[in-house]
Amino acid sequence: VRLELSVNGRPVVREIAPQTLLLDFVRDELGLTGAKRSCEVQVCGACTLLVEGQPVSACCYLAADAAGREVLTIEGLREQPDFERLEHAFLEHAALQCGFCTPGMLLTVSALLAEGELTSEEAIKQSLAGNLCRCTGYRGIVEAVADLAGVAR
Amino acid sequence: VTTVERLRTIPPQVGRAAPRRDGREKVRGDAEFAGDIVVPHMLHGKVLRSPLPHARIASTDAAAAEAIPGVVCVLTAADLHDFDPYWGHAIRDRPIVAIDKVRFAGEPVAAVAAEDEATALAALDAIQVEYEELPVVGTVAEALAPDAPLIHDTPLRPGLFHGLGELAPRDGNVCYRFTMDRGELEAVFAHADLVVEGEYTFPAVYQYAMETHTVIAHAVGDQITVWASCQHPFLVRAELAALFDVPLANVRVVVPYLGGGFGSKSYTKMEPITVALARKAGQPVRVQNRVAESMVTTRRHGMRCRMRTAMTREGRLLGRDVECWFDTGAYADNGPRVTATGGDAAPGPYRWEAYRVDAACVHTNTAPSGSYRAFGATHLQWIGESQIDDLARRAALDPLDVRRANLCSPGEELRAGGKPLDADLVGDVEAAAAAVGWAEPKPANVGRGVSVGLLAAGAHPVSSAIVRMEADGQVVVLVGTTEVGQGARTVLAQIAAEEIGVPVEQVTVRGTDTRYTPYDRSTGASRSTTLAGLAVQRAASQVRDQLEEIAGNGELEPAEMPALIARRFGLAGGELIGRGEVAPQGTGSYAEGPVFWEVCVGAAEVEVDDDTGAVHVRKTATIADVGKAINPLLVERQDEGGTMQGLGNALFEEMIYEDGLLMNDNLLDYRVPSFEDLPDEMQCIVVENADGPGPYGAKGCGEGSLAAVTAAVVTALADAGVPMTELPLTPERVWRRIQQLKEEGTWPR
Repeated sequence: VRLELSVNGRPVVREIAPQTLLLDFVRDELGLTGAKRSCEVQVCGACTLLVEGQPVSACCYLAADAAGREVLTIEGLREQPDFERLEHAFLEHAALQCGFCTPGMLLTVSALLAEGELTSEEAIKQSLAGNLCRCTGYRGIVEAVADLAGVAR
Repeated sequence: VTTVERLRTIPPQVGRAAPRRDGREKVRGDAEFAGDIVVPHMLHGKVLRSPLPHARIASTDAAAAEAIPGVVCVLTAADLHDFDPYWGHAIRDRPIVAIDKVRFAGEPVAAVAAEDEATALAALDAIQVEYEELPVVGTVAEALAPDAPLIHDTPLRPGLFHGLGELAPRDGNVCYRFTMDRGELEAVFAHADLVVEGEYTFPAVYQYAMETHTVIAHAVGDQITVWASCQHPFLVRAELAALFDVPLANVRVVVPYLGGGFGSKSYTKMEPITVALARKAGQPVRVQNRVAESMVTTRRHGMRCRMRTAMTREGRLLGRDVECWFDTGAYADNGPRVTATGGDAAPGPYRWEAYRVDAACVHTNTAPSGSYRAFGATHLQWIGESQIDDLARRAALDPLDVRRANLCSPGEELRAGGKPLDADLVGDVEAAAAAVGWAEPKPANVGRGVSVGLLAAGAHPVSSAIVRMEADGQVVVLVGTTEVGQGARTVLAQIAAEEIGVPVEQVTVRGTDTRYTPYDRSTGASRSTTLAGLAVQRAASQVRDQLEEIAGNGELEPAEMPALIARRFGLAGGELIGRGEVAPQGTGSYAEGPVFWEVCVGAAEVEVDDDTGAVHVRKTATIADVGKAINPLLVERQDEGGTMQGLGNALFEEMIYEDGLLMNDNLLDYRVPSFEDLPDEMQCIVVENADGPGPYGAKGCGEGSLAAVTAAVVTALADAGVPMTELPLTPERVWRRIQQLKEEGTWPR
């Protein structure tokens, strides 16, 4: 099928097989490899992308369902003016180790920050529970996100 | 180690929380992992895996699969005739694909290379395999039964890297046995005031590195190149060279960033099958596991244990007797080493009159088990520490006092002929206990526990490094450590920066490419900061020596270094090269070791709900007894990661097998800790006594916390009144135990 959508603010038109997953589309068709494949059952969040500003698990999301919509990947997020704040907070708190979960984590965090949902440390933990990190033990991420959200710890 | 006193012109580069050198790449999604690499003309490989745990292969027919357009080749056992197709670093027991027989559900039976993944998957369906089922040895108990079917019936062949002296022949389904014996055990038990004993069960656990095992291989003539998510590139190189009978230098292993490892990517895993497939295809092939496949590629050993411990009424520990059986699955993988390390950890760091340890590594028809962070210590520490607490309760003594009285002191011998204790364990456990409010009042359903253990760390001490200062003053470190998330590239950059006297931002540590990177044994056993760190320190120190020689004095500003290089070579070009090496003193055998003892000390406070059996972790504290923290923030983050994995291991992680079939082979049914499982308080205490053998007195960390926290949760729950002998502490198990306690009249306390 013919797919028209916007990826990172740029129009994209491609012929794709109807069963193509959004994750494979951005990684293999567009070469945007920041999103990662891991659990494939919407538990880990490593493949998180934003569709119309909402986090989705791209491993379980048909590329065709993004037709006419705006998709944001880490390669787009990093071009946005407020990305520097996110980057700084994550580096300052050493909120990453292997980095495999980090792009998905940052996309989720940016969406939650935009919606103003991160009003307490408890809210941060609950809202981010859809993104797993096996390395850090989470505390550095909670600290970084609390800083970004202006939440007292 | 001799450290040269240098004149300092910039602030110290070690001992500070330098930002990760790989942080920016990783945050921006630029960091390259094996699955992000595209090699020209690369095919997609998929592995056909056995659906049965134990069966004879009557026939394999790949003709229909090979006929599918887009399929380049199918690898089967019939392709393995022109060389010895068995691999395995400890025991060479593993065929590239199953030959005649499958020994676990998930064992590779064939592999397909095709132009795209969908075609490869379709081809798997078209391969016809006829199996004749054999009786399944599902558990250690079944494997040890007198009439148990033998999973391996050929003589044991040692692998290249077991490091366990002479391996004895198999004994039934037991492929390795570790024993220790000290003092007159029976006499000690016969005269003891107090003896506790019990039987314990530890679950099989999945490491879940978020990046699954991924390998790209290209084999042309006698040249082999692999891009692999592996922790031990030089050992993979050696195994591939031996397997495919080519010189070491013809095998090139390139390692990008790893998306976690935790031991699951140690030694050789998916490399042999990918190389064999690429050889047949004549084109590069990528094989990328799915989670369900990585779960049956390697895992942590399940274990059963029988233990008894004796103490005097006054609280002097006397003796310990341990038997344990590690379920290594169908192939040995790292089972012998895990068994030896577990057996070695079983007595714990106490002064004993006598102990006896008999640890067996047992084959079953389940997936192979290997390394996972803090192996051995995690298996045994919770058991030994539970018994110490039980004895303390019976003697009406404070468990902390029992530890104060019996823990070995720094410099004291732990094992005959082995390295003496190089840590202050009493200080460590007191700090951990204080962090969870040891002596403060608490509600009835709240318990506090401590745990103390040691882990033989460092593996084999061989590392080397090359440090290059380029003409512009930038420094490049070539060292074979894999950046697996632990922060090695940052810490090693800090060490090089400190030695040369430049800011860490000026230093880059490259990923391993065995064609250019000098030899390092492995990335594991908490060895990188200590051993690779020493090699980097020595190499960087040579660069500094050269700079000082050119300058004619020792006071050097980073900004003047390029001019010094230009002075040396006459033109704007050239570079300074330093080389560092760490080699064993003596034979380097594990028995003389370890390189250092990694401290596994922690404490926890838990709350139990007796209506539901749910255990809530209120506080954890871990001790990072690191000698010197090169990067204190990264040390803390390591311990926090270990803490969360320890909580998973203690509370809910378990691979559930029924008759050799894995019942929870996905992340929905196999749960790992999320943000919501964070304890209310999590504290990591960094202890720096400069008592390690590494640079600046450093020693490794990052594993001990896992063993310590797993054990501390168990001892804390026992302190709340619920002693447990089986992990994980699921609500159901805890609830059933409470019902039992109610019947015995011991709940509520």
